Amino acid sequence: MTYLPLLGIALVVIGFALRFNPLLVVAVSAIVTGLLGGLPFLKVLATLGHGFNENRYVTVVWIILPVIGLLERYGLQERARALIAGVRGATAGRILLIYLAVRQIISALGLTTVAGHAQTVRPLVAPMVTAAAEKQLGELDEVTSERVKAMSAATDNVGLFFGEDIFIAIGSILLIQGTMGGFGIQLTPIQLSLWAIPTAICAFLIHGTRLLWLDRSLGRGR
Amino acid sequence: MIDYHWLYGLAGAVFAGFAIGSARDETNPKRWGNAAFWSLLVVSFWFGDFLGDIGNGVLVLALVAIAGFHLIARGSKAPGTARQREESSERRGNKLFLPALIIPFTAFVGTLLFNYTPLKTLGLIDPKAVTLVLFGCGVIIALIVSYVWLRPPALAAVDEGSRLANAIGWAMVLPQMLASLGVIFAAAGIGEIIGGSVAAIIPHGNVFLAVLLYALGMVIFTMIMGNAFAAFPVMAAAIGIPILIHGAGADPAVVGAVGMLAGFCGTLMTPMAANFNIVPAALLELKDQYGVIRAQVATAIPLLIANILILYFAGYAWSR
Repeated sequence: MTYLPLLGIALVVIGFALRFNPLLVVAVSAIVTGLLGGLPFLKVLATLGHGFNENRYVTVVWIILPVIGLLERYGLQERARALIAGVRGATAGRILLIYLAVRQIISALGLTTVAGHAQTVRPLVAPMVTAAAEKQLGELDEVTSERVKAMSAATDNVGLFFGEDIFIAIGSILLIQGTMGGFGIQLTPIQLSLWAIPTAICAFLIHGTRLLWLDRSLGRGR
Repeated sequence: MIDYHWLYGLAGAVFAGFAIGSARDETNPKRWGNAAFWSLLVVSFWFGDFLGDIGNGVLVLALVAIAGFHLIARGSKAPGTARQREESSERRGNKLFLPALIIPFTAFVGTLLFNYTPLKTLGLIDPKAVTLVLFGCGVIIALIVSYVWLRPPALAAVDEGSRLANAIGWAMVLPQMLASLGVIFAAAGIGEIIGGSVAAIIPHGNVFLAVLLYALGMVIFTMIMGNAFAAFPVMAAAIGIPILIHGAGADPAVVGAVGMLAGFCGTLMTPMAANFNIVPAALLELKDQYGVIRAQVATAIPLLIANILILYFAGYAWSR
């Protein structure tokens, strides 16, 4: 076996670290890896094209942008801010804590596309969290503003990843069952989804603690 | 039957809107580059199945060239003035949330209806595509409701949609590109190489060390591939099944479920998981494209430790 194709991985790591355009990094790495793996160039090009065409469904979610953009023009983000400004006791960390719980629960029910970065984080969560942080601190400097927005996106990811596996008909559970079945180990989806619960609780406790810390560190900045 | 092709038709139409909206935006110095980028995606979504694999490969290289040589930019047009938005927000109140909530509501009610009524057996919607199809229906309903209620100018959805699309820019197709990189990695045998080298360094008899390498292998391979799905079969075959389950008698349900979740901790820390980590940074207009990853590391590492402990104690030490 040859280790040469690993150079393709090294290219990705270096390319991302040097902040070249990621599309370019991925394309170059794909071609280099394929060639080092012994595939002729046209075969590499065809594999790349085939993979791209087969995975179009990944990009379909962006059809939501016209709706979100239109509503932003009519003040959606301003409305989300106004709503939070009127709630006493609303802090950046507490809003995100509630969002984390809701996101984990609805993902555990299999409703993974109900929320997301385009659906909820940009139009609703990030403006609400920013408004709450402004209530705590006044006008936000750039570092703080970036921090609360990044934390909003992070909270969505944590809630999704460590909620969805509790649902029995999600892709990853079926993949585990299939892989194990290939080695003659029979598992039911319910066994697997039950064992996703301890990690889900740990995720809520760890990320939730960080969210409450966020409030404390915002409070100190005053 | 309504399936992915129906969705690709819809998505192609939306991308055509992005192309038109980009071309109309005179505040964007590279508007024709943006229009060309979105037009190529229209070609992919509408005609991808007729182009052949090499044709699609050339299309991909063209997309990469436009983005890689910085031929796209973003306009500076704001969605109306701040005052207009404030005024509209005041006047319309919380009802403004309703069109945005139509989309999750449609997905929710639709999923229930599909699963618990005879709708499933009618063969109207392809079960594989059902969540995305319902999402697409929600978008269409929300768009119609917004137009009827808000009465915006006819091309407002095109202009506002392309404003957001150009804020995300090339990052929008990065997840799809990474998926095809995964196909090439698999074809070049990367999985076997990594699985083999990890399995080779395992000392016999030390179960905790094996658990540690299994979990870390999941994390590292997930970070390289951008998703835990590609890592799981490799690490299960290299360590999970032969060493932990067969060798040490660990509980297969724990090894499977928690091993996968250890991989998810890796997903939180890699730019290769672009749709979760890079795209939101663009969507939220963060200065630092790795800002979301930075916010996640301090959750991912303690959670990984928790997963390793669950694997060892619940999967092995306490389960025998």
